[in-house]
Amino acid sequence: MFPKGTKRKFSDSGEEPVSSGDQVPVAPSVAARTLTSSYSLQRQSLLDMSLIKLQLCHMLVEPNLCRSVLIANTVRQIQEEMTQDGTWQIMTQALAAAQCPADRLVATEVLCRQTDAAAQAGQSPKPFSVVGLEEGYHAEEVVMEGDVETEVTMSTLSPVSPQLSSASYLAGPFGMGPCWEEEEEDGECEEDEEEDSEECASESEEGDRDHLSAESRTGEQVFGTFEIKHPAPPPDPALEELFSDVDPSYYDLDTVLTGMQSAPKMGPYDLLESLSSHGPTALSSSSSCRSDLNELDHIMEIIVGS
Amino acid sequence: MAGVAGGNDFQWCFSQVKGAIDEDVADADIISTVEFNYSGELLATGDKGGRVVIFQHEQESKNRPHLRGEYNVYSTFQSHEPEFDYLKSLEIEEKINKIRWLPQQNAAHFLLSTNDKTIKLWKISERDKRAEGYNLKDEDGRLRDPFRITSLRVPVLMPMDLMVEASPRRIFANAHTYHINSISVNSDHETYLSADDLRINLWHLEITDRSFNIVDIKPANMEELTEVITAAECHPHQCNVFVYSSSKGTIRLCDMRSAALCDRHSKFFEEPEDPSSRSFFSEIISSISDVKFSHSGRYMMTRDYLSVKVWDLNMENRPVETYQVHEYLRSKLCSLYENDCIFDKFECCWNGSDSAIMTGSYNNFFRMFDRNTRRDITLEASRESSKPRATLKPRKVSTGGKRKKDEISVDSLDFNKKILHTAWHPKDNVIAVAATNNLYIFQDKIN
Repeated sequence: MFPKGTKRKFSDSGEEPVSSGDQVPVAPSVAARTLTSSYSLQRQSLLDMSLIKLQLCHMLVEPNLCRSVLIANTVRQIQEEMTQDGTWQIMTQALAAAQCPADRLVATEVLCRQTDAAAQAGQSPKPFSVVGLEEGYHAEEVVMEGDVETEVTMSTLSPVSPQLSSASYLAGPFGMGPCWEEEEEDGECEEDEEEDSEECASESEEGDRDHLSAESRTGEQVFGTFEIKHPAPPPDPALEELFSDVDPSYYDLDTVLTGMQSAPKMGPYDLLESLSSHGPTALSSSSSCRSDLNELDHIMEIIVGS
Repeated sequence: MAGVAGGNDFQWCFSQVKGAIDEDVADADIISTVEFNYSGELLATGDKGGRVVIFQHEQESKNRPHLRGEYNVYSTFQSHEPEFDYLKSLEIEEKINKIRWLPQQNAAHFLLSTNDKTIKLWKISERDKRAEGYNLKDEDGRLRDPFRITSLRVPVLMPMDLMVEASPRRIFANAHTYHINSISVNSDHETYLSADDLRINLWHLEITDRSFNIVDIKPANMEELTEVITAAECHPHQCNVFVYSSSKGTIRLCDMRSAALCDRHSKFFEEPEDPSSRSFFSEIISSISDVKFSHSGRYMMTRDYLSVKVWDLNMENRPVETYQVHEYLRSKLCSLYENDCIFDKFECCWNGSDSAIMTGSYNNFFRMFDRNTRRDITLEASRESSKPRATLKPRKVSTGGKRKKDEISVDSLDFNKKILHTAWHPKDNVIAVAATNNLYIFQDKIN
């Protein structure tokens, strides 16, 4: 337990929007300026903590639906408040413009990038799909922990496991400074990242290869409720072929990801539902997956007799 | 019935503790539910290992009438086993989520026990006689040669050592997609309801292959899910009425006569939020973890993270009574969110006369509130205060800067020692408190 009000040793994430004002094209709103930095720091850390929890929730064999819903609602609340007082937009713009701060948690960046894209498109950030987000979070986080510098290599990773502490999540982005920078500069890093994320994910998922193709479209699906302006890179056919024969149905996380691939428009709780109510379906077209789910529901109703 | 708090008329004292003393607690031994039967003669516990242990109240000894009888083990059986759901590649936990007794109708006792997915009806019966003197077989069971039988005799019932048998009579399976959090026997003694995160089903005790879905809050698009069902209970007297609580702190009362699908409530109970105490944790701490009707059926009680509220069924806009369980935790919500304690689901219970309510807290503390005198008391279930008939000393958590002697500061509380499950005898002042793997039984001191 730590007493409320303890500041973590962030590099002023709460104050970033203000201090990097010269880089931000839009002046911070009055509301944002009047927010105390400790409040926004606390709020930020709460947001980060919540996203980690959601991540861990969904990595459990049997996700606790009540807990997931409560945490997701908390995240939405924070996002709404941050949107209202303009902090959200400031933060995303600051992050887009500035170097990636070493301590920034990946999830927040991921949030910001997409919101930034939406903002550029002239749209306000929509309430994000929490589960979808954290799927992307997962993919991105995997990337972080890998050795992104090297081209398409099977990097050694710490497996993504529910035992991951907050510390390890924090540590991730430390190594990512160069990558983000790279990405900003030439835009090719993203593709490398995606490829690496495919491999890294496969490494960490105990040989679960089939979500690779899902991963490649993770960018799209993660931010399903946002308007995505930079398209995800196309899946690498060589990698897909390499890992296409592994049976995906055995692994829990795969259920989620195959669900994602099969029904790209599925939102967060579809994924939750697929974890709790429907089995891992084999990779199939989106329509057949949907109909499988409907069929299962139908069968369930028959059994229950309602 | 006497009140709860101290004073000259009434004090709680230690009676018994069940369970191992080791510091090393096996996960399977953690008690997950406690329930007295209708007469209070039997006390059932379920644990994470899927076992049910039933204790029976021994009659008071004639030699020592000032002591109440003790509860001793009556029957132990494995109710649920871990299962593997092949369709979803998920293991189904064997942890017993709830036990509910059926009213006794004959010599046998019946109870419903449930894990996340399957409800079972168990019959617990006694056998203390056996027949001897069969014609067609010997005492050891071997068949006798019919040609050797020269005379007939009537078998005689001879006493034998008491044997308590538990047998599963019904298995109600495959009706819940999500995790079952509640079961409740209806007052008609023929039906019962079971609730999971998104649906409530109504069963007939004799029919296992189908149930009626009476509440379904699953949205068409799961992305829009923001609220789940957390508890449900049948009204104690009106067999058409039941309530269910939600993760947003609301309670809906439904009447099964109005429609087959009770998605539209008859009454909606919600307390308006206090804007001054709003925080990011407001919704989480408002989530209701337990709902219980009073024995009279006029009131119901709900437990959220920090308080217990008593509602009059005739007043929907606010509770009639609110009791703070551990308000000192309000300033620690961020830490409790971090260590997940904020999601702990505490239960609550009424005493037999509805004059008092009880609920658990951390550090093995539990709280009782007297509704008439408005007095409350905090007691601890610990081995230290477990001397026979030792009076329990009231405990206090110091909130201010100065800690008085015998008080404990908030930061010293052990958040791993949580009392989630408590039960109050339906007639007497006897309570059962589950502290991790130990079951404490306390009773009032008869003066």
